[in-house]
Amino acid sequence: MNKLSKLLAVAAVTVMVAAPAIGAGYYRSPEPYDWSFEGPFGEYDRQAVQRGFQVYQQVCSACHGLKHLAFRHLGQEGGPFETVMVDGVEQSYANPNDNPVIAAIAAEYLISDIDDIGETIERPGRPSDMFPYPFANEAQARAANGGAYPPDLSIIVRARHYGADYIRSLLMGYDEEPPADLDIRAGSYYNPYMPGMVIAMAPQLWDGMVEYADGTEATTEQMATDVTHFLAWASNPHMEARKRMGLMVMIYLFGLAVLLYASYRKVWSRVKH
Amino acid sequence: MSGNSTYEPKTPFTRWLDARLPIVRLGWDSFVDFPTPRNLNYWYTFGGILSVCLMVQIITGIVLAMHYVPNIDYAFASVQRIDRDVNYGWLIRSIHAVGASMFFLAVYMHIFRGLYYGSYKAPREILWILGVVIYLLMMAAAFLGYVLPWGQMSFWGAMVITNLFGALPLIGEPVTQWLWGGFTVGNETLNRFFSLHYLIPFLIAGVVVLHIWALHVPGNNNPTGISVKTSADTLPFHPYYTVKDGFAIVVFLLIFAGFVFYAPDVLGHADNYIEANPLVTPAMIVPEWYLLPFYAILRAVPDKLGGVILMFAAIGVLFVLPWLDTSKVRSMRYRPMARWFFGFFVVSCLGLGWAGAELPDTLVPVLGAIGVDFLLLGRVLTIYYFAYFLVILPVLGFVEKPTPRPASIEESVLYGDKPAKSGSGAGAVPAAQPAE
Ligand code: HEC
Ligand code: HEM
Repeated sequence: MNKLSKLLAVAAVTVMVAAPAIGAGYYRSPEPYDWSFEGPFGEYDRQAVQRGFQVYQQVCSACHGLKHLAFRHLGQEGGPFETVMVDGVEQSYANPNDNPVIAAIAAEYLISDIDDIGETIERPGRPSDMFPYPFANEAQARAANGGAYPPDLSIIVRARHYGADYIRSLLMGYDEEPPADLDIRAGSYYNPYMPGMVIAMAPQLWDGMVEYADGTEATTEQMATDVTHFLAWASNPHMEARKRMGLMVMIYLFGLAVLLYASYRKVWSRVKH
Repeated sequence: MSGNSTYEPKTPFTRWLDARLPIVRLGWDSFVDFPTPRNLNYWYTFGGILSVCLMVQIITGIVLAMHYVPNIDYAFASVQRIDRDVNYGWLIRSIHAVGASMFFLAVYMHIFRGLYYGSYKAPREILWILGVVIYLLMMAAAFLGYVLPWGQMSFWGAMVITNLFGALPLIGEPVTQWLWGGFTVGNETLNRFFSLHYLIPFLIAGVVVLHIWALHVPGNNNPTGISVKTSADTLPFHPYYTVKDGFAIVVFLLIFAGFVFYAPDVLGHADNYIEANPLVTPAMIVPEWYLLPFYAILRAVPDKLGGVILMFAAIGVLFVLPWLDTSKVRSMRYRPMARWFFGFFVVSCLGLGWAGAELPDTLVPVLGAIGVDFLLLGRVLTIYYFAYFLVILPVLGFVEKPTPRPASIEESVLYGDKPAKSGSGAGAVPAAQPAE
């Protein structure tokens, strides 16, 4: 066995047997929030998702990628720019690549590509491009963040216990004095919601730092809620279609169950049982 | 299939076919006219439900395999593409992932049913053993499948489980490296796991055929455990049990759909949406819920090799169960002591699952007040798990006095479960009717 795998094996077994000792801590459960997308009929609030996208673009995208998303996803069914105002008329586009708002968003980014004579070029983005990663590679991302790696945010809401409530609380959870026995090194911050209670991401949201296109007042709480709403959509872009289909399937199966139960009673009425 | 087939081909073609390949006759005798005890309850519908589960996994799995990329650099992203861009990919993946859990839910109901009604006893030992083989294969399939999305739990679960083989003396290291196809869990491991994950469900389908064959020789057991004696004890499978199974399957699908459409993630682990990273160990490595009891048994032993042996023994003991239970009475309906021990057995399996999900030194709610942590709970329940098979069932057969049983299935249906007072001509059954 080489050294690395030996190390991994030891780590795995240690975690298995001694997991209690590490990472547990007494971090705080997130504050529950009444999201519009909860429950069997819940839907995303398009305005909130749009505002949240603005916060992502203007704040988070400096450090965090969104690598599983393309610009066109913003305009697909269930996305924040599914219907847009064009010349004062509400429009929707079956193919998000035709959506002028999506095209405009994509064009704000520079995408590196190879042209037809083989030169590396930077060109404006198209709806079909994936969101560009803010750093050249992971090493550069770590170097820029004091050794910490800002995780990709495409599926962050599904990748954390308590999902959206956790992300929202985390983003707002910086304003408390750390307990005396907690050792906070330079470049780290106290955040009672983070497992381990220490996070390498500085506070990111300050009242008024974003000027919302729809005029909503950009308080810290408003921005944290909106960006989380956006990330919830990004993690589960087909949630609304899923719940809609679920309703039809449940009704169908329920009807079928009733019919089968009636047949069962009828068939078995012939014999004593 | 006791030889006296009632199938009569009605058209020239079916007569021609029947003389060459009597496949319609086989279907008719197995699923239409098959004589089935008339007193089967809903616990007996899980066999049909399990067949549906297997088909659902195979169909959704084949579609997933068209889009999935078994390479450590692309696997995670390909699963994201399935969720985001493949038409109804989110639906297919959700059905497959939830389906694995529903499959295990059904198989646990099916196994506990067999344990309670003594379905493992003569003449159904082979039937039972084939069932345990299916269960083992299911665990292998699910473990391998869970590695494919290449999330943190995929990677670290694979690491922990493959490393268990490292505990074997002498051959541990070569065996582990042979499983990995390298010096750690890597691309070769993922490739072979995908290949085997694709293969095993078809092996399961093959064993299911044998399982049903072995069922159709002695016929179904039933809640009284009393053997079929006359045709008055049975009903033809169709329409009586096709309609009953059909109803149960649809109710099961309702629950299934509830998870698929409204809570596709609750049965999984959030960490598996973080891409695998060999340099970052998750705070807690846990298997999927259906493997948790075995995880608790593994951790109950301080010695690694001992834990591995005990974990495999927990399944191994099921293979020899038919010869461990010494009671002549099949159904626990008539076994006043065994049914209590069985009840505790079910509770201890659930408790082992709970212990497997928690950190070993976390205090158990309520019992924590007297210092009981999950490690201790797991140990006590592990002891009970083995004692149930190795001590309780062997001894009970000698010390327990079964309650009186009805003379036949027909009588239990017509006059209730107690032996008839008078009139039916049967009276109380002699206490030691062989193996009933
Ligand atoms: C200056 C760079 C930077 C910016 C801007 C930034 N982050 Fe972070 N973020 C980080 C770093 C570094 C980490 C890793 C922290 C750690 O591992 O301790 C992180 C971690 C996170 C995490 C994961 C926490 C966990 O549970 O592991 C989330 C969620 C997050 N950031 C959300 C956001 C959001 C939303 C924004 C925009 C409002 C944002 N970040 C802006 C650098 C940044
Ligand atoms: C016994 C039946 C089966 C069981 C119990 C099973 C179980 C699983 C599990 C637990 C996963 C991980 C799900 C996740 O969290 O994403 C998975 C993934 C997968 N399975 Fe299966 N499976 C079965 C049959 C099949 C078959 C027959 C195929 C292919 C022909 C298949 C192909 C796949 C593929 C491609 C994945 C990876 C994609 C994904 O993660 O969703 N499976 N399986």
